[in-house]
Amino acid sequence: MTPLATLVRSPIDPVRLVQAVSSPGNGAVILFLGAVRQVNDGRDVTGIDYAAYEGMALRELQAIVDEGAQRFGTSDVVVEHRLGELTVEDISVGIAVGHAHRDAAYAVSRWVIEELKRRVPIWKREHYTDGKRQWVDPSGHTAVGSKQ
Amino acid sequence: MTVTVLLFASYAEALGASSLALELSDEATVADVISSVRAHRGADKLPSAPLVAVNQQYADAAAPVRDGDEVAIIPPVAGG
Repeated sequence: MTPLATLVRSPIDPVRLVQAVSSPGNGAVILFLGAVRQVNDGRDVTGIDYAAYEGMALRELQAIVDEGAQRFGTSDVVVEHRLGELTVEDISVGIAVGHAHRDAAYAVSRWVIEELKRRVPIWKREHYTDGKRQWVDPSGHTAVGSKQ
Repeated sequence: MTVTVLLFASYAEALGASSLALELSDEATVADVISSVRAHRGADKLPSAPLVAVNQQYADAAAPVRDGDEVAIIPPVAGG
């Protein structure tokens, strides 16, 4: 297959991601799932809504999987990011990689999630048990949009 | 010329709008777009040098903008 990035508003199906990157030549298949965590920075989270600059987010995600595939020598890379309202334990992002060997498969998977967090214009607003909602500002991390 | 400015997440909340249509002089740059946005109520919440994309590509402050461009002001990204 060719590397594929998708933004979705319905639940991510991990099995489908794995199937998309499985092939007779791939001795290693890695699946990474990001999920909504119940506690963040000491606050109880009941859910998250994800928003994106959709055209650019899709373009950046596709550029990331294309570049990752090229760097690490496989074409079997898929990423799906969910948008909209999610609840605790829901899968927000899924990355599947197939490669002949495990070292490269792990490397692609890790590279894709780190690049995604650094440069894809997606934002999340956490919902707390007290009913408040707040956009997450990861300043201090390495996101391209972090305050300087 | 006219450019469309897109605002997202905390920036859209701060300015109370998800897009603005701005009239700018010819030969304006990204920096001029940001200056113009700063005249709007709530824009004091923007950082001193926000991240910007022109027509869906990250651009620096000196980059030129053209009539009809889509200029997005990108809050700190938080995907994943």
